[in-house]
Amino acid sequence: MDINWLYGLLGGLVIGTAGAIYLLVNGRIMGPSGSLGGLMDGSDRSGEQWGFVAGLIAVPAVAALIIPMQTYATSNWAVLVIGGLLVGFGTRLANGCTSGHGVCGISRLSPRGIVASASYVGAGMVVMTVLRHVWGVM
Amino acid sequence: MARTLFAALAGAIFGLGLMLSGMTDTRSVQGFLDIFGAWNPTLAFVMGGAMIPMAIAWRVAARRKTAALGGSFPAMPPPRFDINLIGGSAAFGAGWALTGFCPGPALASLSFGGWQGLVFIAAMAGGALLAAPLRR
Repeated sequence: MDINWLYGLLGGLVIGTAGAIYLLVNGRIMGPSGSLGGLMDGSDRSGEQWGFVAGLIAVPAVAALIIPMQTYATSNWAVLVIGGLLVGFGTRLANGCTSGHGVCGISRLSPRGIVASASYVGAGMVVMTVLRHVWGVM
Repeated sequence: MARTLFAALAGAIFGLGLMLSGMTDTRSVQGFLDIFGAWNPTLAFVMGGAMIPMAIAWRVAARRKTAALGGSFPAMPPPRFDINLIGGSAAFGAGWALTGFCPGPALASLSFGGWQGLVFIAAMAGGALLAAPLRR
């Protein structure tokens, strides 16, 4: 029996706990696209942004020493570059990603969070369907 | 200093949750978006699970004036549905489908994602810079 959904649910509870701490302690919305973007363009280079990104990178790095992990990402560098540009550009333009608009936005019934999430999930499903089932690539 | 430490703590817990949930596996994310293939519902469970503590946190925040370390809570943004929100999110969704990466899992897997992860993160950082002049 496939128990990936159970790990998903447990991991989700942990993710939500992280967001709850960031909101109630720091008064901030947990958004890695905003943290990366703020550090990149200089609009927010506070210690909080550095700290959040450092924790997000460092702890999985240590955990991966104990439990070997892989991303199984494509090795097509053009796809990685185009995909990365779209993700970085799109999340910054929309001011949020799966975390800020999705986890933090939908949970407070934010109209912008709900509309953004419908847009990225919808676009993702359309693109995936075209790539895999219309063009037969990937 | 306390703000930085608690931000690091939140980032650390977020990273562990992303690993545990399997969201650093790009196949799982792409499987969720592949509704006409072997659909993988894991991401829906991740989002549903994450909503529970977050919804409670918003309820708690509504009854308080300030966060534990001071400062007000983020106000609900006015319902403005412009091209930046909808078009930007659609562009994000396209890149998400192409690679199976969104910003959190991409950063969380920096240490074990190989050159593929590094190329994606570098491109994502470049994309964020390209968007900077168009924001607001």
